[in-house]
Amino acid sequence: MNKIIEWIDKRFPLTSNWKAHLSEYYAPKNFNFWYFFGSLALLVLVNQILTGIFLTMNYKPDAGMAFASVEYIMRDVDYGWLIRYMHSTGASMFFVVVYLHMFRGMMYGSYQKPRELLWLVGMAIFLVLMSLAFTGYILPWGQMSYWGAQVIVSMFGAIPTIGESLQQWVLGDFTLSDVALNRFFAYHVVTLPLIMLVLVFAHILALHEVGSNNPDGIEIKANKNPKTGIPVDGIPFHPYYSVKDIVGVVVFLMVFCGIVFFAPEMGGYFLEYNNFIPANTLQTPDHIAPVWYFTPYYSMLRAVTVNFLWIDAKLWGVILMAASVVIFAFLPWLDRSPVKSIRYKGKYFKTALTLFVISFFVLGWLGTKSPTPLYTLLAQIFTVIYFAFFILMPWYSKIDKTKPEPKRVKE
Amino acid sequence: MADSFSIPDQMSGRRKFLVAVTSVAGGIAGVAIATPFMMSMMPSERAKAAGAPVEVDISKLEPGMLLMVEWRGKVVWVLNRTPEMLETLVKVENELADPNSEKPQQPEYAQNRTRSIKPEILVTEGVCTHLGCSPVFRKEIAPADLGPDWLGGFFCPCHGSKFDLAGRVYKSVPAPTNMVVPPHVYLSDSRLLIGATSEGSV
Repeated sequence: MNKIIEWIDKRFPLTSNWKAHLSEYYAPKNFNFWYFFGSLALLVLVNQILTGIFLTMNYKPDAGMAFASVEYIMRDVDYGWLIRYMHSTGASMFFVVVYLHMFRGMMYGSYQKPRELLWLVGMAIFLVLMSLAFTGYILPWGQMSYWGAQVIVSMFGAIPTIGESLQQWVLGDFTLSDVALNRFFAYHVVTLPLIMLVLVFAHILALHEVGSNNPDGIEIKANKNPKTGIPVDGIPFHPYYSVKDIVGVVVFLMVFCGIVFFAPEMGGYFLEYNNFIPANTLQTPDHIAPVWYFTPYYSMLRAVTVNFLWIDAKLWGVILMAASVVIFAFLPWLDRSPVKSIRYKGKYFKTALTLFVISFFVLGWLGTKSPTPLYTLLAQIFTVIYFAFFILMPWYSKIDKTKPEPKRVKE
Repeated sequence: MADSFSIPDQMSGRRKFLVAVTSVAGGIAGVAIATPFMMSMMPSERAKAAGAPVEVDISKLEPGMLLMVEWRGKVVWVLNRTPEMLETLVKVENELADPNSEKPQQPEYAQNRTRSIKPEILVTEGVCTHLGCSPVFRKEIAPADLGPDWLGGFFCPCHGSKFDLAGRVYKSVPAPTNMVVPPHVYLSDSRLLIGATSEGSV
């Protein structure tokens, strides 16, 4: 065995990479359960790729055949139902773990110097994930697929001057048709997964360059053992965290399998009932709402009902929705706090983060409801709170009364 | 490491020039080769050729009834409005964003209060001008969800835009403009041609 490894090492950096990224990658010893979600996201990515490959073996990206081919997978293909439910549940669970992963970063200041680029690569992954979810949702060509795509693609039309040509370029037709379905399939199974893999690779490389943050938000590299050069508060990722992550994986898979076997539709939140009806280009369903992970942004899109300055309400809605996603990327420069972790931040940041989480959930809930005057007003109020968290951050994070950070991580 | 991306000072002027010229030429070649790929995503010749006008027989369209027709992959509504419905068009005018249809969302011959050639027959694309959903025809007066002032019209379930029975948009809703009236012409009293202004033209 050693001889084989030696033979490989002379031709390929196997052992050196194993050491650099696993057995001698030193992570802070105080990780808590919030640190499961990065590795879980990787697990879900593998699940999506594997189940996705098997789904493409039976799926037909043709407006006339797509819906029937999905039903064929569900009814006639052996274990087709399992593979599809693993894929559809995986899509929702991807967002669950990614949202928790992002929230961890916001709590412990993981976006702060020197991890700005790590955070930005993460944001790019988030955008690609959203595109993957959107293009994937179109493929069954049900009512929600069709009308959801109609709404999203029409957003390009809101851009002044070039909007209409851009929309035709995206659709490859003058309306949403078979042409668009065919190319969204290409994006979903080739373009976006490739970009995703490259970005995930870059995310891990950047992480291993700067080292992991931790719940105390202090740099373990600042306190190294003078003899070995190893951070005194660091432990090797493998075996310590690889074993810990397996526990997380087991718990996650219990939840995942529970959903796949007992509630794959999740009461219409993971798979919407209207999408069990084939696309009808003549009639929008009476109640349309995106899948749960897009509802907060969707609420903000429709919250704008007044023309403002020289821009009309429609374009404002689109701008606001895009801004609500992109604004996360500015966090490293909005946060002026001298400390990273919420453990040492003051009342202002804690209050702001709490309000932000509440507004995210309320907007998410409103996005699943039909718009009424009261709901629209609520959406407007919480949209303001959502953006205030980011826009006022340079101010409140600076005057916030912080506690002194410890020299060593807490056990 | 940083040096590997910068041009060393000792590099000759001739070499600097050649590096610049090669980079520019490479850039131009990159744009040139990207062009056919980007152009292949525009609507194809087949998509451009589709879109012939549609002829509709409206002799059996009772007052108050809505007919849905597919034209160029979009839904077009033909609504036969009752006299009571036509009366509401005046009543709601104060609440509309563009009551006189000043924005070019209709052919000239439909730029009037009823937005139609024949006052009672409304021909309009059943597409919300916000983000392309198809609004729902809500002809009942003052339903619980739309409030006591609702006199009948179209309500978009996606984002709550409201239109009156001439497809004119209300104020303070996400949709910016009135619904689009497609080119259409009456070939006879009961034969309506959608998508053209005369039998021969397209």
